[in-house]
Amino acid sequence: MTNHSPVRIAIASGKGGTGKTTLATNLAAYIAEQEEVVLVDLDVEEPNSGLFFKGDLIHEESNVKMTPQWDEPKCTFCGLCQKVCNFHAVLQLGPTILVFPELCHSCYACSELCPTDALPMISKRTGKLSDLRINNLHFVESRLDVGEEQAVPTISKTKQYSNENYTHLRIEIDDCPPGISCPVIEATKNAHFVILITEPTPFGLHDLTLAVETMRALKKPMGVVVNRYGIGNEAVIDYCQKENITILAKIPNSRRIAELYSSGKLIYQEIPEVKELLSTILDYCLKVSKGGIA
Amino acid sequence: MKLAFTAKGTEWDSMMDPRFGRTQFIVIYDDHNQILTSFNNSAVEHEAHGAGTATAQKIFELSPDVLITGNGPGSHAVQALKQINMRIFTEAHNMTIKQAFEKYKNGELNEI
Repeated sequence: MTNHSPVRIAIASGKGGTGKTTLATNLAAYIAEQEEVVLVDLDVEEPNSGLFFKGDLIHEESNVKMTPQWDEPKCTFCGLCQKVCNFHAVLQLGPTILVFPELCHSCYACSELCPTDALPMISKRTGKLSDLRINNLHFVESRLDVGEEQAVPTISKTKQYSNENYTHLRIEIDDCPPGISCPVIEATKNAHFVILITEPTPFGLHDLTLAVETMRALKKPMGVVVNRYGIGNEAVIDYCQKENITILAKIPNSRRIAELYSSGKLIYQEIPEVKELLSTILDYCLKVSKGGIA
Repeated sequence: MKLAFTAKGTEWDSMMDPRFGRTQFIVIYDDHNQILTSFNNSAVEHEAHGAGTATAQKIFELSPDVLITGNGPGSHAVQALKQINMRIFTEAHNMTIKQAFEKYKNGELNEI
Protein backbone atom coordinates (compact mmCIF):
# COMPACT_ATOMS: atom_id res chain seq x y z
CA MET A 1 0.00 0.00 0.00
CA THR A 2 2.96 2.35 0.19
CA ASN A 3 3.46 4.99 -2.50
CA HIS A 4 -0.29 5.40 -2.83
CA SER A 5 -2.45 8.16 -1.58
CA PRO A 6 -5.01 6.97 0.96
CA VAL A 7 -8.56 6.09 0.08
CA ARG A 8 -10.40 9.27 0.89
CA ILE A 9 -13.86 8.79 2.36
CA ALA A 10 -15.72 12.09 2.61
CA ILE A 11 -18.64 12.42 4.98
CA ALA A 12 -21.05 15.08 3.81
CA SER A 13 -24.73 15.94 4.03
CA GLY A 14 -27.12 18.43 2.62
CA LYS A 15 -28.73 19.38 5.89
CA GLY A 16 -26.62 20.40 8.86
CA GLY A 17 -26.82 18.57 12.15
CA THR A 18 -27.55 15.15 10.69
CA GLY A 19 -24.49 13.38 12.11
CA LYS A 20 -21.44 14.08 9.95
CA THR A 21 -19.15 14.56 12.91
CA THR A 22 -20.69 11.66 14.82
CA LEU A 23 -20.00 9.33 11.92
CA ALA A 24 -16.58 10.78 11.04
CA THR A 25 -15.19 10.60 14.57
CA ASN A 26 -16.59 7.15 15.29
CA LEU A 27 -15.50 5.72 11.96
CA ALA A 28 -11.99 7.14 12.29
CA ALA A 29 -11.59 5.92 15.88
CA TYR A 30 -12.94 2.52 14.90
CA ILE A 31 -10.39 2.21 12.07
CA ALA A 32 -7.63 3.40 14.42
CA GLU A 33 -8.22 0.32 16.57
CA GLN A 34 -6.60 -1.68 13.75
CA GLU A 35 -4.36 0.71 11.81
CA GLU A 36 -3.08 4.26 11.50
CA VAL A 37 -5.66 6.55 9.97
CA VAL A 38 -6.05 10.29 9.41
CA LEU A 39 -9.24 12.21 10.17
CA VAL A 40 -9.40 15.65 8.55
CA ASP A 41 -11.98 18.19 9.71
CA LEU A 42 -12.73 20.24 6.60
CA ASP A 43 -15.68 22.05 8.15
CA VAL A 44 -13.32 24.96 8.75
CA GLU A 45 -16.06 27.45 9.59
CA GLU A 46 -17.17 25.32 12.50
CA PRO A 47 -14.82 22.40 13.10
CA ASN A 48 -16.02 20.18 15.92
CA SER A 49 -14.50 16.74 15.41
CA GLY A 50 -11.73 17.87 17.73
CA LEU A 51 -14.15 17.93 20.66
CA PHE A 52 -13.97 14.14 20.76
CA PHE A 53 -10.20 13.72 20.87
CA LYS A 54 -7.54 14.73 23.33
CA GLY A 55 -4.12 14.11 21.88
CA ASP A 56 -0.63 15.47 21.51
CA LEU A 57 -0.24 18.50 19.31
CA ILE A 58 2.47 17.54 16.83
CA HIS A 59 2.22 20.52 14.47
CA GLU A 60 0.52 23.89 14.26
CA GLU A 61 0.73 26.60 11.60
CA SER A 62 -1.07 29.76 10.51
CA ASN A 63 -3.24 29.65 7.42
CA VAL A 64 -2.76 32.75 5.30
CA LYS A 65 -4.09 34.26 2.14
CA MET A 66 -2.63 36.90 -0.17
CA THR A 67 -4.42 40.22 -0.51
CA PRO A 68 -3.41 43.53 -2.07
CA GLN A 69 -2.21 46.43 0.05
CA TRP A 70 -2.45 49.96 -1.31
CA ASP A 71 0.84 51.79 -1.74
CA GLU A 72 -0.57 55.33 -1.87
CA PRO A 73 2.43 57.30 -3.20
CA LYS A 74 2.69 55.03 -6.24
CA CYS A 75 -1.00 55.26 -7.18
CA THR A 76 -2.11 57.26 -10.24
CA PHE A 77 -5.84 56.64 -9.60
CA CYS A 78 -6.35 55.14 -13.04
CA GLY A 79 -9.25 53.03 -11.70
CA LEU A 80 -8.14 49.78 -13.33
CA CYS A 81 -7.97 47.87 -10.02
CA GLN A 82 -11.60 48.57 -9.24
CA LYS A 83 -12.66 47.72 -12.77
CA VAL A 84 -10.99 44.29 -12.82
CA CYS A 85 -12.14 43.15 -9.37
CA ASN A 86 -15.06 40.74 -9.79
CA PHE A 87 -15.69 40.73 -6.06
CA HIS A 88 -15.83 44.48 -5.39
CA ALA A 89 -12.99 44.02 -2.93
CA VAL A 90 -11.14 47.08 -4.28
CA LEU A 91 -12.94 50.41 -4.44
CA GLN A 92 -11.70 53.72 -5.70
CA LEU A 93 -13.49 56.46 -3.79
CA GLY A 94 -12.06 59.72 -5.06
CA PRO A 95 -8.46 60.02 -3.93
CA THR A 96 -8.58 56.82 -1.89
CA ILE A 97 -8.29 53.13 -2.75
CA LEU A 98 -10.08 50.91 -0.22
CA VAL A 99 -9.22 47.21 -0.07
CA PHE A 100 -11.54 44.73 1.67
CA PRO A 101 -9.35 41.73 2.44
CA GLU A 102 -12.31 39.54 3.49
CA LEU A 103 -13.91 39.98 0.06
CA CYS A 104 -10.67 39.40 -1.84
CA HIS A 105 -10.35 36.03 -3.63
CA SER A 106 -6.57 36.39 -4.11
CA CYS A 107 -6.80 36.38 -7.92
CA TYR A 108 -3.94 38.93 -8.20
CA ALA A 109 -5.69 40.75 -11.11
CA CYS A 110 -5.55 44.21 -9.52
CA SER A 111 -2.01 43.70 -8.31
CA GLU A 112 -0.61 42.30 -11.58
CA LEU A 113 -2.42 44.76 -13.83
CA CYS A 114 -1.66 47.89 -11.81
CA PRO A 115 0.60 49.94 -14.12
CA THR A 116 2.54 51.42 -11.21
CA ASP A 117 2.72 48.40 -8.84
CA ALA A 118 0.68 50.28 -6.28
CA LEU A 119 -1.12 47.16 -5.03
CA PRO A 120 1.53 44.67 -3.88
CA MET A 121 0.17 41.41 -2.46
CA ILE A 122 0.83 40.74 1.21
CA SER A 123 -0.05 37.74 3.32
CA LYS A 124 -2.85 37.91 5.85
CA ARG A 125 -3.61 35.33 8.52
CA THR A 126 -7.04 33.69 8.13
CA GLY A 127 -6.84 31.00 10.77
CA LYS A 128 -4.77 28.08 11.95
CA LEU A 129 -4.15 24.45 11.14
CA SER A 130 -3.46 21.88 13.86
CA ASP A 131 -2.30 18.29 13.64
CA LEU A 132 -2.84 16.04 16.65
CA ARG A 133 -1.86 12.48 17.35
CA ILE A 134 -3.98 10.13 19.44
CA ASN A 135 -2.31 6.70 19.24
CA ASN A 136 -3.12 5.41 15.74
CA LEU A 137 -5.30 8.38 14.90
CA HIS A 138 -3.93 11.49 13.22
CA PHE A 139 -6.31 14.39 13.49
CA VAL A 140 -5.91 17.44 11.25
CA GLU A 141 -8.18 20.45 11.47
CA SER A 142 -8.24 24.02 10.28
CA ARG A 143 -10.20 26.75 11.96
CA LEU A 144 -11.02 30.08 10.32
CA ASP A 145 -10.53 33.18 12.44
CA VAL A 146 -13.72 35.02 13.43
CA GLY A 147 -14.83 37.33 10.62
CA GLU A 148 -13.11 35.41 7.83
CA GLU A 149 -15.56 34.61 5.07
CA GLN A 150 -13.77 32.29 2.69
CA ALA A 151 -13.63 28.64 3.58
CA VAL A 152 -12.45 27.31 0.21
CA PRO A 153 -8.76 28.33 0.27
CA THR A 154 -8.42 26.99 3.82
CA ILE A 155 -10.09 23.70 2.91
CA SER A 156 -7.78 23.37 -0.08
CA LYS A 157 -4.72 24.04 2.04
CA THR A 158 -5.81 21.60 4.74
CA LYS A 159 -6.28 18.85 2.15
CA GLN A 160 -2.86 19.63 0.77
CA TYR A 161 -1.30 19.35 4.22
CA SER A 162 -2.87 15.94 4.74
CA ASN A 163 -1.79 14.81 1.26
CA GLU A 164 1.80 15.80 1.93
CA ASN A 165 2.03 14.26 5.37
CA TYR A 166 -0.15 11.15 5.28
CA THR A 167 0.44 9.52 1.90
CA HIS A 168 1.57 6.33 3.63
CA LEU A 169 -1.80 5.62 5.23
CA ARG A 170 -4.48 3.40 3.76
CA ILE A 171 -7.52 5.50 4.71
CA GLU A 172 -8.38 9.16 5.18
CA ILE A 173 -11.73 10.25 6.63
CA ASP A 174 -12.89 13.77 5.77
CA ASP A 175 -15.51 15.52 7.89
CA CYS A 176 -17.03 17.95 5.38
CA PRO A 177 -19.07 21.14 5.76
CA PRO A 178 -22.86 21.01 5.40
CA GLY A 179 -24.76 22.32 2.40
CA ILE A 180 -23.88 22.03 -1.27
CA SER A 181 -21.99 25.25 -1.97
CA CYS A 182 -18.33 25.88 -2.85
CA PRO A 183 -16.83 24.62 0.45
CA VAL A 184 -18.54 21.24 -0.01
CA ILE A 185 -17.35 20.97 -3.62
CA GLU A 186 -13.80 21.73 -2.52
CA ALA A 187 -14.01 19.26 0.37
CA THR A 188 -15.38 16.38 -1.70
CA LYS A 189 -13.88 16.83 -5.15
CA ASN A 190 -10.91 14.51 -4.56
CA ALA A 191 -12.81 11.94 -2.49
CA HIS A 192 -12.95 8.33 -3.64
CA PHE A 193 -16.24 7.76 -1.90
CA VAL A 194 -18.83 10.12 -0.41
CA ILE A 195 -21.08 9.13 2.46
CA LEU A 196 -24.16 11.33 2.64
CA ILE A 197 -25.70 11.24 6.08
CA THR A 198 -29.27 12.37 6.56
CA GLU A 199 -32.21 12.14 8.90
CA PRO A 200 -35.49 10.56 7.75
CA THR A 201 -37.54 13.75 7.77
CA PRO A 202 -38.98 15.89 4.98
CA PHE A 203 -36.26 18.49 5.59
CA GLY A 204 -33.59 15.79 5.59
CA LEU A 205 -34.94 14.38 2.32
CA HIS A 206 -35.10 17.80 0.68
CA ASP A 207 -31.45 18.56 1.40
CA LEU A 208 -30.33 14.99 0.70
CA THR A 209 -31.82 15.32 -2.79
CA LEU A 210 -29.71 18.43 -3.41
CA ALA A 211 -26.60 16.69 -2.07
CA VAL A 212 -27.19 13.63 -4.26
CA GLU A 213 -27.56 15.83 -7.34
CA THR A 214 -24.34 17.65 -6.42
CA MET A 215 -22.37 14.43 -5.96
CA ARG A 216 -23.76 13.07 -9.23
CA ALA A 217 -22.53 16.19 -10.99
CA LEU A 218 -19.10 15.50 -9.46
CA LYS A 219 -19.41 11.83 -10.54
CA LYS A 220 -18.72 10.57 -7.02
CA PRO A 221 -19.52 7.06 -5.87
CA MET A 222 -21.80 7.51 -2.88
CA GLY A 223 -23.95 5.86 -0.30
CA VAL A 224 -26.43 7.09 2.25
CA VAL A 225 -26.43 6.64 6.01
CA VAL A 226 -29.78 7.31 7.64
CA ASN A 227 -29.27 8.67 11.12
CA ARG A 228 -31.91 8.78 13.86
CA TYR A 229 -33.83 6.10 12.00
CA GLY A 230 -37.29 5.76 13.50
CA ILE A 231 -38.27 9.42 13.55
CA GLY A 232 -40.03 11.09 10.62
CA ASN A 233 -41.14 8.84 7.78
CA GLU A 234 -39.94 6.36 5.17
CA ALA A 235 -39.60 8.91 2.36
CA VAL A 236 -35.77 8.95 2.48
CA ILE A 237 -35.68 5.15 2.17
CA ASP A 238 -38.15 5.23 -0.73
CA TYR A 239 -36.15 7.97 -2.44
CA CYS A 240 -32.87 6.01 -2.19
CA GLN A 241 -34.51 2.88 -3.59
CA LYS A 242 -36.06 4.80 -6.45
CA GLU A 243 -32.76 6.50 -7.25
CA ASN A 244 -30.74 3.31 -6.84
CA ILE A 245 -28.58 4.70 -4.06
CA THR A 246 -27.20 2.21 -1.55
CA ILE A 247 -28.28 2.72 2.04
CA LEU A 248 -25.13 1.83 3.93
CA ALA A 249 -26.66 1.83 7.38
CA LYS A 250 -29.56 2.98 9.48
CA ILE A 251 -28.42 4.33 12.83
CA PRO A 252 -31.39 4.08 15.19
CA ASN A 253 -32.83 7.10 16.94
CA SER A 254 -31.68 6.65 20.50
CA ARG A 255 -31.49 8.83 23.56
CA ARG A 256 -28.40 6.92 24.68
CA ILE A 257 -26.54 7.91 21.48
CA ALA A 258 -27.49 11.57 21.97
CA GLU A 259 -26.29 11.43 25.57
CA LEU A 260 -22.94 9.91 24.61
CA TYR A 261 -22.43 12.46 21.83
CA SER A 262 -23.33 15.39 24.04
CA SER A 263 -20.83 14.30 26.66
CA GLY A 264 -18.07 14.04 24.05
CA LYS A 265 -17.86 10.24 24.00
CA LEU A 266 -17.48 7.88 21.06
CA ILE A 267 -20.66 5.92 20.52
CA TYR A 268 -19.47 2.66 19.05
CA GLN A 269 -17.38 1.92 22.14
CA GLU A 270 -20.54 1.75 24.23
CA ILE A 271 -23.09 0.44 21.73
CA PRO A 272 -22.06 -2.77 19.92
CA GLU A 273 -24.78 -2.34 17.30
CA VAL A 274 -23.17 0.90 16.12
CA LYS A 275 -19.79 -0.82 15.92
CA GLU A 276 -21.29 -3.39 13.56
CA LEU A 277 -22.79 -0.64 11.43
CA LEU A 278 -19.38 1.07 11.18
CA SER A 279 -17.83 -2.17 10.04
CA THR A 280 -20.48 -2.57 7.33
CA ILE A 281 -20.07 1.04 6.18
CA LEU A 282 -16.28 0.77 6.02
CA ASP A 283 -16.30 -2.52 4.11
CA TYR A 284 -18.64 -1.08 1.52
CA CYS A 285 -16.67 2.16 1.09
CA LEU A 286 -13.39 0.31 0.64
CA LYS A 287 -14.90 -2.18 -1.77
CA VAL A 288 -16.35 0.54 -3.99
CA SER A 289 -13.26 2.77 -3.75
CA LYS A 290 -10.88 -0.02 -4.65
CA GLY A 291 -10.65 1.14 -8.25
CA GLY A 292 -9.18 4.36 -6.93
CA ILE A 293 -6.23 2.70 -5.19
CA ALA A 294 -5.47 -0.19 -7.56
CA MET B 1 -29.16 68.87 -0.73
CA LYS B 2 -29.48 65.39 -2.23
CA LEU B 3 -31.04 62.43 -0.44
CA ALA B 4 -30.64 58.82 -1.59
CA PHE B 5 -33.27 56.17 -0.82
CA THR B 6 -33.02 52.40 -1.32
CA ALA B 7 -36.33 51.52 -2.96
CA LYS B 8 -38.32 48.91 -4.88
CA GLY B 9 -39.62 51.49 -7.37
CA THR B 10 -38.94 54.98 -8.65
CA GLU B 11 -41.95 57.03 -7.43
CA TRP B 12 -42.74 58.75 -4.13
CA ASP B 13 -45.32 56.03 -3.49
CA SER B 14 -42.87 53.21 -4.18
CA MET B 15 -41.96 51.03 -1.23
CA MET B 16 -38.56 51.32 0.36
CA ASP B 17 -36.21 48.38 -0.22
CA PRO B 18 -34.93 47.33 3.22
CA ARG B 19 -31.71 46.02 1.66
CA PHE B 20 -28.76 48.24 0.94
CA GLY B 21 -26.38 46.22 -1.23
CA ARG B 22 -29.06 44.45 -3.20
CA THR B 23 -31.58 47.27 -3.39
CA GLN B 24 -33.49 47.34 -6.67
CA PHE B 25 -33.30 51.10 -7.13
CA ILE B 26 -31.46 54.02 -5.66
CA VAL B 27 -33.84 56.97 -5.76
CA ILE B 28 -32.34 60.45 -5.44
CA TYR B 29 -34.31 63.46 -4.30
CA ASP B 30 -32.73 66.84 -4.84
CA ASP B 31 -34.62 69.28 -2.58
CA HIS B 32 -33.00 72.21 -4.35
CA ASN B 33 -34.83 71.74 -7.64
CA GLN B 34 -37.34 69.24 -6.12
CA ILE B 35 -36.61 66.57 -8.72
CA LEU B 36 -36.83 62.83 -8.11
CA THR B 37 -34.43 60.71 -10.17
CA SER B 38 -33.49 57.07 -9.94
CA PHE B 39 -30.75 54.60 -10.69
CA ASN B 40 -31.64 50.99 -11.54
CA ASN B 41 -29.38 48.86 -9.38
CA SER B 42 -30.73 45.46 -10.48
CA ALA B 43 -27.46 44.49 -12.15
CA VAL B 44 -26.18 43.74 -8.64
CA GLU B 45 -28.47 40.70 -8.56
CA HIS B 46 -25.92 38.82 -10.63
CA GLU B 47 -23.12 39.55 -8.19
CA ALA B 48 -22.39 36.61 -5.94
CA HIS B 49 -20.08 38.66 -3.76
CA GLY B 50 -19.47 42.25 -2.81
CA ALA B 51 -22.97 43.62 -3.48
CA GLY B 52 -22.58 45.98 -0.52
CA THR B 53 -19.30 47.50 -1.65
CA ALA B 54 -20.53 47.68 -5.26
CA THR B 55 -23.60 49.66 -4.19
CA ALA B 56 -21.47 51.86 -1.93
CA GLN B 57 -19.37 52.65 -5.01
CA LYS B 58 -22.57 53.61 -6.84
CA ILE B 59 -23.61 55.88 -3.94
CA PHE B 60 -20.22 57.55 -4.19
CA GLU B 61 -20.80 58.21 -7.89
CA LEU B 62 -24.33 59.57 -7.30
CA SER B 63 -22.89 61.70 -4.47
CA PRO B 64 -25.93 62.34 -2.28
CA ASP B 65 -25.50 64.08 1.09
CA VAL B 66 -27.65 61.60 2.98
CA LEU B 67 -28.50 57.92 2.58
CA ILE B 68 -31.86 56.64 3.82
CA THR B 69 -32.26 52.87 3.92
CA GLY B 70 -33.86 50.00 5.85
CA ASN B 71 -31.86 47.28 7.54
CA GLY B 72 -28.65 49.22 7.23
CA PRO B 73 -25.56 48.48 5.15
CA GLY B 74 -23.18 45.73 6.23
CA SER B 75 -19.81 46.45 7.78
CA HIS B 76 -17.85 46.61 4.51
CA ALA B 77 -20.33 48.99 2.90
CA VAL B 78 -20.41 51.14 6.04
CA GLN B 79 -16.63 51.33 5.97
CA ALA B 80 -16.76 52.57 2.36
CA LEU B 81 -19.60 55.01 3.06
CA LYS B 82 -17.86 56.42 6.13
CA GLN B 83 -14.78 56.94 3.99
CA ILE B 84 -16.81 59.38 1.87
CA ASN B 85 -18.42 60.90 5.01
CA MET B 86 -21.89 59.73 4.11
CA ARG B 87 -24.61 60.30 6.70
CA ILE B 88 -26.57 57.03 6.95
CA PHE B 89 -30.13 56.76 8.30
CA THR B 90 -31.69 53.33 8.81
CA GLU B 91 -34.94 51.63 9.86
CA ALA B 92 -36.90 53.19 6.98
CA HIS B 93 -38.52 49.94 5.87
CA ASN B 94 -42.16 48.82 5.46
CA MET B 95 -43.01 52.30 4.21
CA THR B 96 -43.05 54.36 1.03
CA ILE B 97 -40.26 56.71 -0.01
CA LYS B 98 -42.57 59.61 0.87
CA GLN B 99 -43.13 58.26 4.38
CA ALA B 100 -39.40 57.65 4.79
CA PHE B 101 -38.71 61.24 3.75
CA GLU B 102 -41.26 62.53 6.30
CA LYS B 103 -39.70 60.42 9.04
CA TYR B 104 -36.28 61.75 8.10
CA LYS B 105 -37.49 65.33 8.26
CA ASN B 106 -39.06 64.68 11.68
CA GLY B 107 -35.81 63.23 12.95
CA GLU B 108 -37.45 59.82 13.53
CA LEU B 109 -34.84 57.70 11.76
CA ASN B 110 -31.80 56.12 13.33
CA GLU B 111 -28.46 57.56 12.24
CA ILE B 112 -25.51 55.20 12.30
